[in-house]
Amino acid sequence: MTLLERDRNAPQAWHGNLPVTSRYTYGLAGERFFRAIKDEGKLLGTYCPQCERTYVPATLFCERCLSQLDEWVDVGTTGEVLTFTLLYENVDGSRRELPEIVAFVRFGDGGIVHRLGRVVPENVEIGLQVEAVFKDPEDREGSILDIVYFKPVE
Amino acid sequence: MTVKIKEFPGTPLHEGDFRDGNILFCHDELKADFAWDTGIGIGKYLAGLKEGVIYGSLCSTCRKIVVPPRTVCEWCFRPMDEYIPLQDTGTVNTFSLCYVTWDVRRIKEPELPAVIQLDGASTLESGPIMGGIMHKLGEVIPEEIHIGMRVQAVWKPPEEREGSITDILYFKPIG
Amino acid sequence: MRKVAVVGAGMTRFVRRAQETPKELSFLATKMALESCEMTLDDIEAVCLGTAPDAFDGIHMNGEYLSDGAGGWNKPYMRSYVGGGTGVFVPIQGWYHVASGLFDVVLVVAEEKMSSFYPHAQAAFLTIFDHTTERALKPNLLWIFALEMNRYMTTYGIAKEDIARVSVQHKHNAANHPCALLGDKDITVEDVLNSEVLAWPVQRFDVSPVSDGAVAIVLAAEHVAKRLTDKPVWIEGVGWNLDTAYWANRDLVYPRYVEYAARQAYEMAGIKEPRKEIHIVEPYDPFDYKALHHLEGLQLADRGKAVDLYINGTAAPDGNMPVCPSGGLLGVGNPISAAGLMKIAELFWQLRGEAGARQVPGSPKRGLAQAWGDLMQVGTVVIMGR
Repeated sequence: MTLLERDRNAPQAWHGNLPVTSRYTYGLAGERFFRAIKDEGKLLGTYCPQCERTYVPATLFCERCLSQLDEWVDVGTTGEVLTFTLLYENVDGSRRELPEIVAFVRFGDGGIVHRLGRVVPENVEIGLQVEAVFKDPEDREGSILDIVYFKPVE
Repeated sequence: MTVKIKEFPGTPLHEGDFRDGNILFCHDELKADFAWDTGIGIGKYLAGLKEGVIYGSLCSTCRKIVVPPRTVCEWCFRPMDEYIPLQDTGTVNTFSLCYVTWDVRRIKEPELPAVIQLDGASTLESGPIMGGIMHKLGEVIPEEIHIGMRVQAVWKPPEEREGSITDILYFKPIG
Repeated sequence: MRKVAVVGAGMTRFVRRAQETPKELSFLATKMALESCEMTLDDIEAVCLGTAPDAFDGIHMNGEYLSDGAGGWNKPYMRSYVGGGTGVFVPIQGWYHVASGLFDVVLVVAEEKMSSFYPHAQAAFLTIFDHTTERALKPNLLWIFALEMNRYMTTYGIAKEDIARVSVQHKHNAANHPCALLGDKDITVEDVLNSEVLAWPVQRFDVSPVSDGAVAIVLAAEHVAKRLTDKPVWIEGVGWNLDTAYWANRDLVYPRYVEYAARQAYEMAGIKEPRKEIHIVEPYDPFDYKALHHLEGLQLADRGKAVDLYINGTAAPDGNMPVCPSGGLLGVGNPISAAGLMKIAELFWQLRGEAGARQVPGSPKRGLAQAWGDLMQVGTVVIMGR
């Protein structure tokens, strides 16, 4: 039975971490999608004529029929809130006084998950029309954060 | 090869593309911290290292002594029978002179990793399993290291030991 | 069990740093594989994908994240990973999907994008060592190869100049591979011996580089394969085996797990004399000595004698048993999961006479691909034949 008991002098836990640092490229389609956000303040999608679907964010291929997509579409910067949530906790578990509002905004047959701003929680509802608010052109880096938030259309 | 295909897909990039802004990219870092349970077998191993003893474990059915100690024999799948204190001397089974660190920096003085078959544990003479551990060599001229060299553990002073494999600083040649 | 054939294959170039995302790499290989046998995504009934651990990409459930690029939308989908052995394991997984009778047509994809790990993918390999007893020593991947190479070389008294022939031969072969990263028809043994010492005895040209790339193949049951092509390449034997992860407890001089995997495959294929019956062999060669190590495990050379195959010309593309006509990992590149499947695709093209400038003469009928993984303990083998 000795080998099934712990030695009381043994350290209980061994500490360590996973040192993972990454640098991601956006890919052939992503490159064009994020350049459009950075340089033109536009949101683009790609259209599959066979399946009649517009993918947003733009993708290189249609996942349903696996054709390569080369029809790019400007889907505008206004979309409908398909669903949303109010976050009362930060990533580290600490409590927030005012909730962060995160929504899925419909564009084409896809959409973008992002924050909502310039709106109080009570006024957010499914179906709300919102538009993207971009950073100033010189501050944009070609990132999803070049959109600061989505705000309700006046 | 599909002998008809001349151009295969795939777009190679160079570091310069990132530097010069030809390509958009973003950085990310994983924050994953762990507190692993040391377990029964390894817990005993680490407790022993703190006391200056290297433990192995014995399976009397297979008549094997292996290190690090474990609670179950992986060959006959029965519980191991007892912990056996091994000697802190051994024989170099293989070694290397490494001029590159784990995070890909070049170093001038090589690190000397080795597999050391410890005295008191099973040897390859008795079968394909031996009691060996990976560690480093020290206090030795790299060109003089050879397979079969006899070595001895050099320990940290007792008050500095933490219950870790690094309580042994390295193995040095005997004599 | 039903007979299963490989009917199509496709791959991307193996490059040091690809612009494409992992999804796009999978898509490009998948599209080529489907087009090569004139199939569409609707014909595919299930998908098997192999890709390296989530830590390398920093993406959780990496296999599922890639699934759309591998045609996995709305299909039975499985992801597997056994280290470098994945490239030859994932076709085994695809094989039993079809052999069992559950599916008639299965797509098998292997993808790797190692360049996302920044600044160097090498650092990610710290995680393969035991977290408690080994990582504190700050080991790196080169240690285990250097330790194994030293043990192998010293036990049999094999000189570095002879081991270097493997690297030279494979890189020469790869000069004819359109997707190769390191093909070089002019490299010599001197170049290898003069290259930078990384972890003695391993030098820079003994190692295959990390790369990005993807490969895809299509597997079909007998009745479908015969309709699609008059040159199906049958999967005649499969084998896979795992040894202990306490790698310092094993004798590193001989890969038993490769032998056991090979015996499983030989038995299934009904092969009694491998040296006579295998015409082309693609052993896994992330390092030059590993090709030799594996050839011995595969029973294709006596222990300590595999290097003779390179010295006497048996392993050359026009020899009696060409080894790595593709150029192997040393020549084409080493995206962890995709490399093994590249060998399977190579055998597919070789056995059909479609390998272009790399074609092995003499209408070879049978080939063997082998891969190996993780802390040197996984062996996977597939035997293919016409």
